[in-house]
Amino acid sequence: MMTQSTSAVFEALRQKLGPQIQSVRADREDEVYVLISDSDIRPITAHLRAEFGARLVTVFAEDRRSVEGVFFNYYVFEQKGNAQYLIVQAPVRSDTLEFPSLSAELPAVNWQEREIQDWFGLKAVGHPNPRRVALHDNWPDVYPLRKDFPLQTVLPPFEGERHIYRPAFGEGVLQVPVGPVHAGIIEPGHFNFAVAGEPILYLQLRMFYTHKGTEKLFEKLPIHKAVFLAESISGDSSFSHGTAFCQAIERAASIEVPLRGLVMRTVLLELERICNHVGDIGAIANDVGFVIANAHASRLKETLVTLNEQMTGSRLLRGFVCVGGVRRGWDQTQLNTLRDTLDSFAREFQDLISLVDSSESTRDRLEQTGILRPEKARDLGIVGVGGRASGVDLDVRRDHPYAAYPRYSFRVPVYQAGDVWHRMQVRIDEVNASIDIVGRAMTDGLQREFRVPVPAIPSGRCALSAVEGWRGEIIHWIRTGPDNHLERCKIKDPSLNNWPAVVEAVQGNIIADFPVINKSFNLSYSGTDR
Amino acid sequence: MFKILQKTVSTGTVTANYPAEPAQISDRFRGRPSFDFEKWKDARPAAEVCPTGAISLSDKVDSRKVTVDYGLCVFCGLCAEASFEQAVRITQEFELATSDRRNLIFTAEYTLNADGTHRGMRKVDRQWMSAETDVESMGKKARETIQKILGRSLAIREVDAGSCNGCELEIVALNNPVHDIERFGIQFVASPRHADMLLVTGPVTRNMELALLKTHRAMAEPKVVVAVGACGISGGIFGENYASLGRVDKVLPVDVYIPGCPPRPQALLHGILLAVGRLAERLHNNSAG
Repeated sequence: MMTQSTSAVFEALRQKLGPQIQSVRADREDEVYVLISDSDIRPITAHLRAEFGARLVTVFAEDRRSVEGVFFNYYVFEQKGNAQYLIVQAPVRSDTLEFPSLSAELPAVNWQEREIQDWFGLKAVGHPNPRRVALHDNWPDVYPLRKDFPLQTVLPPFEGERHIYRPAFGEGVLQVPVGPVHAGIIEPGHFNFAVAGEPILYLQLRMFYTHKGTEKLFEKLPIHKAVFLAESISGDSSFSHGTAFCQAIERAASIEVPLRGLVMRTVLLELERICNHVGDIGAIANDVGFVIANAHASRLKETLVTLNEQMTGSRLLRGFVCVGGVRRGWDQTQLNTLRDTLDSFAREFQDLISLVDSSESTRDRLEQTGILRPEKARDLGIVGVGGRASGVDLDVRRDHPYAAYPRYSFRVPVYQAGDVWHRMQVRIDEVNASIDIVGRAMTDGLQREFRVPVPAIPSGRCALSAVEGWRGEIIHWIRTGPDNHLERCKIKDPSLNNWPAVVEAVQGNIIADFPVINKSFNLSYSGTDR
Repeated sequence: MFKILQKTVSTGTVTANYPAEPAQISDRFRGRPSFDFEKWKDARPAAEVCPTGAISLSDKVDSRKVTVDYGLCVFCGLCAEASFEQAVRITQEFELATSDRRNLIFTAEYTLNADGTHRGMRKVDRQWMSAETDVESMGKKARETIQKILGRSLAIREVDAGSCNGCELEIVALNNPVHDIERFGIQFVASPRHADMLLVTGPVTRNMELALLKTHRAMAEPKVVVAVGACGISGGIFGENYASLGRVDKVLPVDVYIPGCPPRPQALLHGILLAVGRLAERLHNNSAG
């Protein structure tokens, strides 16, 4: 079952922490659970990081009090060059409801540990900044993801403080509050800039304005309806989140999606990537005044969403992925449209890039702007486009292959410069790679089935699913329950990792460049807030 | 510079002329599901698969009341797949915006067989009337209103009160060269103080309620409010819970509802033009009063 490298990890772990390890089980070849008896995860984390260069992917909790008498925290690790996920399951001390914080060592889990505090009422001991993050300050003491908290609880309207911002002092130092309603048509969040003249000293964020109880709601919907909720986690990543969710169910229930279904998912995942990247390239150009480039980019994006509709019936690729595959096959007309649209898009995309490249002033504004240094990106656990522009060489498609990705080789672009220009370069390279993948995948496995019938989903199964959305690493973790329902559904959008990158990248830049820096990451508020 | 001009010339005009001409949409587009209530022999499979409860049943011993609410519909098409004899068909209709929430709700009553299938239809409450007014003349009228009364410009403030960002994507698309909403003199503005119309998306979250109210308060009279998408109209798939208040009209008076998940740009435009009509009425009443 286990590959050599994992057994090596276990042996090492066992030797090091023998008595602490209660059980090891490989639910699937690439998903291994280690249950420990102690709530102290710190030595294990230190060991995994030091000896195996492991990366902590995500941390989340589950209320298992009614069944196993405790809350569990789950720590998901991955190792470079190893397709397996190692999931350490640690009970939370039931007398104190405390767990040791990793955030001082690993700033990457800062928000995620605080989210556990807010949603489960557990305490991260030793957290450098244990204030609320996922519920606004003045929320009553409710713990929405505890099993004894009813989803439909009616809370009084919000009043009072949402967040206490650190004050900024000094001659000429000002604080500039922005949001939650922004100037443009974007999602809500509050930004508090401390500025000395034009340059930004630091930025404080207040997110979770769009928190709508999504993870809790997943526990109440039957699975076939929950697919649609997954599609509404983050509107521009409907297909990625929908696929991540269906994949999780399929893994839990050992459903084999036929090749054609996997191939079609791959094509649509790449169309979603192309579509959003092109929109972002235009929007970045727009934010430094190159309006014509944006006009072309948004025109191209419109042709792509029109293509989306032709392929799936929805401009946002909604209502197409399903547990067991995809809902419909493609006929020859659709495949022809796909080929023709993509051919002409590929040509026009080169024109667009050549426009941007030949604009000295655009380049001048984007280079050296909003720099995220590689070491910071690593420490903060930045993923996706923002990570790859700052030397973080991660891509779920390559590192934990899913759908039909093992069939198509592609290059993962990685740059070290970490500025807005290179975040745009990553997108340009990825669009080109995606066009290539779609070209190869389009007719792959054409004669075969695209969907299998779905049996009753067995209860009590856990599954982790990962998808490289256009923004970065998406993780869904589920535990199935009886009657086609879920006990728990954890959603990690890459945006949750990446907000600290925005904070880091804007420092020392002029406030007028904030929009373009923010756009170069283009994080999802709804994906963060859920 | 030369390159830019060359590209502009070679691209030519791409702007669509909706609503003066019919919208160009893909023949695969899933629009309004249409119900043949007479033919419908069993509503249970459709209600069972409907992700948002847009099709709901209330059963008595030997009768059933079926409610269809386009304000909840996410246009997934599952109801059509689940129903036999083409009782439910997916159409290409998208001009569903209305100023009366009740216009989106339909009911049918059936007597039942022992196995729960429909024996006969007792009555239908309102069949779908296609678009509230003639779309083309509505466009013309809206243009006139904007030209004459509003000084050639209508300003919209958009507020995401908790949406997934899907509706925002389509609202942004209204500004692309293809849909180009500025051809009507309509523009999106940064300040609610400049705005005539408030376009609201999302189920209103507990955390956004106040910001939404404040934005509305900051707008000068007369003003209109448009609720966008299934979530804005009804709470959609999120509904009401500890963090979500659900529909926009629980918080603000709403003048126009635009169904969709999300509504496509032409559907948004249709709803916005409808709301311009409401604004014109209000302006007229104000000056008369």
